[in-house]
Amino acid sequence: MSGFWQGRRIPLAWLLLTRQPMRLAVALAGISFAGILMFMQLGFRDGLFDASVTIHKLFDADLVLMSPRTMSSIAMAGFPRRRLVQALADPDVAGISPVHWRLILWRNPETRTTRSILALGFEPGDPLFTDPSLAAKTPALRQVGRVLFDERSRPEFGPIASWYRAGKVVETEVAGKRVRVAGLVSLGPSFGADGNMLTSSETFLRLAPDTPSGSIELGLIRLRPGAVPADVSRELSRRLPPDVRVFTKPEFEEFEKNYWRSSTAIGFIFSLGAAMGFVVGCVIVYQILYSDVSDHLPEYATLMAMGYRLPSLLGVVAREGLLLAVLGYVPAWLAGQGLYALVRSGTRLPVEMVTERAVLVFSLILLMCMASAGLAMRKLADADPAEIF
Amino acid sequence: MSLRSPISSLSPAPELSTHPAVEPAVVLEQLCHWYGTGGNRRQVLQGVDLSIAPGEVVLLTGPSGCGKTTLLTLVGALRQVQQGSVRVLGQELRGSGRAERQRLRRSIGMIFQGHNLLRCLSAEQNVQMGADLLPGLSYRARRAMAREWLRAVGLEDHLNQLPHDLSGGQKQRVAIARALAARPKLLLADEPTAALDSRTGREVVELLRGLARDQGCAVLMVTHDPRILDVADRLVQMEDGRLWEASRPDE
Repeated sequence: MSGFWQGRRIPLAWLLLTRQPMRLAVALAGISFAGILMFMQLGFRDGLFDASVTIHKLFDADLVLMSPRTMSSIAMAGFPRRRLVQALADPDVAGISPVHWRLILWRNPETRTTRSILALGFEPGDPLFTDPSLAAKTPALRQVGRVLFDERSRPEFGPIASWYRAGKVVETEVAGKRVRVAGLVSLGPSFGADGNMLTSSETFLRLAPDTPSGSIELGLIRLRPGAVPADVSRELSRRLPPDVRVFTKPEFEEFEKNYWRSSTAIGFIFSLGAAMGFVVGCVIVYQILYSDVSDHLPEYATLMAMGYRLPSLLGVVAREGLLLAVLGYVPAWLAGQGLYALVRSGTRLPVEMVTERAVLVFSLILLMCMASAGLAMRKLADADPAEIF
Repeated sequence: MSLRSPISSLSPAPELSTHPAVEPAVVLEQLCHWYGTGGNRRQVLQGVDLSIAPGEVVLLTGPSGCGKTTLLTLVGALRQVQQGSVRVLGQELRGSGRAERQRLRRSIGMIFQGHNLLRCLSAEQNVQMGADLLPGLSYRARRAMAREWLRAVGLEDHLNQLPHDLSGGQKQRVAIARALAARPKLLLADEPTAALDSRTGREVVELLRGLARDQGCAVLMVTHDPRILDVADRLVQMEDGRLWEASRPDE
């Protein structure tokens, strides 16, 4: 305890900053602005990547089979349904669900315009999503021409949900064929699809008659409790012919995200945006700290003349940087939370303030402030105590 | 004021010869200093000898540009010694490193023409920046010490004021308190009265002398101000880089 009190000094860095409230306000505004920019850009980026797997996350599967020609959810290739059945031979496999997956045209029953919707076709008796509420709705699909509409689809598909809730018979045209909405589900739009609908395999094949017989786009595999998905995945890959690829569920999601990350400019654009924020922040903090050091140069020189060591004065500048980082981060974090809420309600993108990003942005702000402090410190070398007499 | 003889031919101060065990606070021997390089090289100090005993108050006068401030920065361990010898508080500064000089400066108080207070700190905190240099004292003790010094310079009612709100004389008093709070054994002052009116200047210098005496602290003060010369134990005059012992005005 006594050591602490002996080590205690006047909080010079704090006083240097706070006794110039205008300059501090400008600095904090700049840092917060940079922080908000980084939060938004990284949030959009991660949100878009996360949004690309909205549907992927919902599937009740431990392993997933896809065609090796499939590159992403917007271009799904088919593979023989037999492969999924073959997977059943593995003793660790508990169940399978074949799924059809295709983007087809949905006509808005109000405006009569068409728009691409993601149609998933499956056997109504099979488990599809982990959400148990679906099971109660699937029997309605056994009748041909019935679909379940995703109420979180974008409004461009028409006021389906409100009409359905109002007790109307909602009928429209999908791929030129008449369908009736037999229920609502809540899935959410993804990056590749603005809306979703579920239907039975039978109806699906009527809507997409060009589907080769016996071909599916997605094979869901559920494992027995205790089985290790990675091990079974390796075993199945070895056993099945090369016209099919085996993914674990996380690999399946990562595969889709990776498509958007690597084959589109999205990741680059938003990372560039975040980098711009970082650079702008660096310039602002450097300007502030540099002019702070310049303005106080005679005072720093006086302290050196009094016998203070240069490193302890460099420490003052470093602490100024640290204080700016912490003080600037708080409003950036708060504004980030608010803007994320705004984005969620405005675009239905799943943008959340996740810990990783909160930590990443803080680290970037800290790096920004400390790098600027480091550069501003060079000015301190100009403080020549011999010049102050 | 009459010039007697160059100090180089002078014997050390009488009290030093009678007490050889007491080491002078400052001993300069044949100190030379140059500025610039090559053709622009200009000699500002030409073989300066000077000795200051502990507790002695020495005033240094001379026309501007004669090298007084250079001398002060050399004695204050702020500049590298080029030629000759500078012994301050028993330490030879010729060939000393940056860190050594910085350590020594903790024992040297400095008072500047401009008060050079930290603008963002209150009077009390400014003085405490001096007290903070003392090792092994708690924050509380250093704070109490800062208050005591401000009381000693008559500013106990202005503890929390920023330099901005203090008058010139008050600022210079804070600067004195700050310099003395580090318990220096040598005090260097560069025209401490330059920015003050004659009455305030007089008060400040007398205060400075009184407090330095109590501490047994040697003082080397550069001044142009003829009104304060009588506070000195000894007067030296500098011209063209050479020192001369001057007679005291009251002698």
